[in-house]
Amino acid sequence: MKLAMVCLVFGAVAAAAGTEAKVKLPNSRADLARGEKLFEHHCALCHGPKGEGGRGPMLARAKLSRAPDDAALVKVIGEGIRGTEMPGGENELSDHEIRQTAAFVRSLGRVPVKPVAGNPARGAEIYRGKGNCTACHSIQGEGGVAGPDLAGIAARRSAGYLRESLVDPEAAVPEGYLLVTVVAKNGEKVTGARVNEDSFSIHVRDNSGRSHSFWKSDLAQIDKQRGKSPMPSYKSQLSEDEMTDLVAYLASLKEEK
Amino acid sequence: MRSLVLLFAPVVLLAQVNVPYERIRDAAKEPGNWLTYSRDYTGQRYSPLDQINTSNVGKLRIAWVHQAHELDGFETSPIVVDGTMFISQPPNIVEALHAASGRTLWHYQKDLPTDLRLCCGKVNRGVAILGDTLYYATLDAHLVALDARTGSVRWDVTMADYKGGYSSTGAPLAVKDKIIIGMAGGEYGVRGFIDGYDAKTGKRAWRFNIIPSKGEPGNETWAGDSWKTGSATSWVTGAYDAETNTVYWGTGNPGPDWNGDGRKGDNLYTDSLLALDPDTGAKKWHFQYTPHDENDWDSTQTPILTEATVQGQPRKMVVLANRNGFYYALDRVSGKFISGKAYVKQTWASGLDEAGRPMRLPNTTPTAEGTLLWPSLAGGSNWYSSTYSPKTALYYVNVKELAGIYHKGDTDYKAGALFNGGGQRDYKGEEPYGAVRALEVATGQLRWEYKLFSPSHAGLMSTGGGLVFGSNSSAFFALDAQKGDLLWRFETGGGIDANPISYMSEGKQFVVIPSGHALFVFSLD
Repeated sequence: MKLAMVCLVFGAVAAAAGTEAKVKLPNSRADLARGEKLFEHHCALCHGPKGEGGRGPMLARAKLSRAPDDAALVKVIGEGIRGTEMPGGENELSDHEIRQTAAFVRSLGRVPVKPVAGNPARGAEIYRGKGNCTACHSIQGEGGVAGPDLAGIAARRSAGYLRESLVDPEAAVPEGYLLVTVVAKNGEKVTGARVNEDSFSIHVRDNSGRSHSFWKSDLAQIDKQRGKSPMPSYKSQLSEDEMTDLVAYLASLKEEK
Repeated sequence: MRSLVLLFAPVVLLAQVNVPYERIRDAAKEPGNWLTYSRDYTGQRYSPLDQINTSNVGKLRIAWVHQAHELDGFETSPIVVDGTMFISQPPNIVEALHAASGRTLWHYQKDLPTDLRLCCGKVNRGVAILGDTLYYATLDAHLVALDARTGSVRWDVTMADYKGGYSSTGAPLAVKDKIIIGMAGGEYGVRGFIDGYDAKTGKRAWRFNIIPSKGEPGNETWAGDSWKTGSATSWVTGAYDAETNTVYWGTGNPGPDWNGDGRKGDNLYTDSLLALDPDTGAKKWHFQYTPHDENDWDSTQTPILTEATVQGQPRKMVVLANRNGFYYALDRVSGKFISGKAYVKQTWASGLDEAGRPMRLPNTTPTAEGTLLWPSLAGGSNWYSSTYSPKTALYYVNVKELAGIYHKGDTDYKAGALFNGGGQRDYKGEEPYGAVRALEVATGQLRWEYKLFSPSHAGLMSTGGGLVFGSNSSAFFALDAQKGDLLWRFETGGGIDANPISYMSEGKQFVVIPSGHALFVFSLD
């Protein structure tokens, strides 16, 4: 089989499947057990073992914004979500396995969810004030661009993940934010997030938001600092209560618009 | 509409199109044309043209661009005959273009069903020509003959039932009076074949079932009834040796891809090279690269026929860099293994034994938890073309240094449905990269490499101008064939999943690469 076009093809298959009026998910005990096993292997790394969220959004809730019905859920698991880090599973799972996984995901939503602690209003103040988060992060167009846009971040990241990011920003550097330092042959040196790279050129956005483009033939050195982040740890900068409030504020940012 | 009619009916120009078998056999006599998938029967994808060469390739410029009508993968390898180019386009189109200007001469479109079973996009890799007829294999597993002068249908035959998962995406190979064509559908539990059709009538002259029937030699390499749904496809064009009258055609992976529990045995003739008689379809020999494959390492890429001196003896060889990570040189008369060597990082075998059979290491099969292996399912290389230059006596391959985590899953067979038995995801713990590598043809020994930022999924062509043309992501480039230095590059702005070709028209050499949804054609001015 060819690899490159799999996603496109599955798109066609899933589009055809999407024309079905309704998708029935298998719900026997054996199906759910198998679905749990599949979830563990393929989904838990990002969504957490119990769907509590992490790098990926929390799935242990009754309504999933990207998957309002079971047909949509099957499609998301099979195809992934274009423009996000969610990959399609069709390359690894049979149609039946996708449905078993979907059935398990739906079962997670029937378990009551613990609310996020803290005061979001106070957290918003810390975000703009003491935390100085706006220097690097933007919400609805306000703020810096050195770090990821945080509009709707709660739909993509769990409260636990957000707390970890504040305490240890290098625990999981988001994709698209590889920190690089390039040194040109003329001595110019730039550090920032890699925006694009191919065999012949590299494009870097520095912490002020300015973009720098280089032909590789003009460079003396490219230093890729994998796992490194320019974001400081807030562990010693914020009190435990302030941290909880800041997480509560971020966890309230559920809408992208 | 009068002017439009004139545009689509350039009778004077097209009256020249006539390509009897002897012209393809003797393609060396007409280096300005590209008469079959790989230019000639050797599979070398070498153009002897040298107007564009190491001293002037830096001045290469766009001559014309042809936009595809539909947005899908563009993998065509054009045919060029005496000033006319013939291309296939996604999902179901064949067109004739004026090779010097890019203007369309005629357009054919086939009606396709809406419920096709396709693993990998609505792609097609090109057409074949014989006499004044074009041959086109379709996504619903038909073979269609078109009048090369007008695009009108001469015949249309069904190769297999698409509802059973069968399709066809490769360019046919015209040999003497036969049209030889393979099929796709390796993820749908099909039973693969290679067909030979009478070029004039479309009547099927022979079928070689890649999985032997019950009672035939080789069937014992499949447990139970697993042979009935064992895949073994043939979706890329083969090569032909007129001297021995032998067609060489690669075969695909066994199905289900990642779970071999139900198909114990070597699973002949999957992941193999077949040597067939083009007149009868009779097998002369086979060589299996990956017995009992559970990694989806099809061996369908076009084999390359060449000669070299091995231990003082001249040998007629058939060579290829296999998706499983090893380069192989076989004796193309006997099918015997001459030499083999890993050309990318591989962690699944301790090496090849004296007969060329891989010695698989323990704990290298897919598991429910996932098994990490080099190379990935995409292989050390893939379907796209390698090239051999008689000028440098080197074999060039676009490689992928990439690992995969292979998962074993369910194997429920349902006719026409995906039958994968698991899957693979790319391993991100080590940064993948690509490279163009030049190998010594007799041994696979690395001579040089040009490193690429990411693994490519596109082919190479070598030329008499001392160049190797290739692609990485959306960039098309030319390297010095002797040393591997970068001499020219062009950003096309679209992903390249295709092979380059070159031709002459009106005294100028052109170089062609499909990219994104367009065909880019370059010349020196």
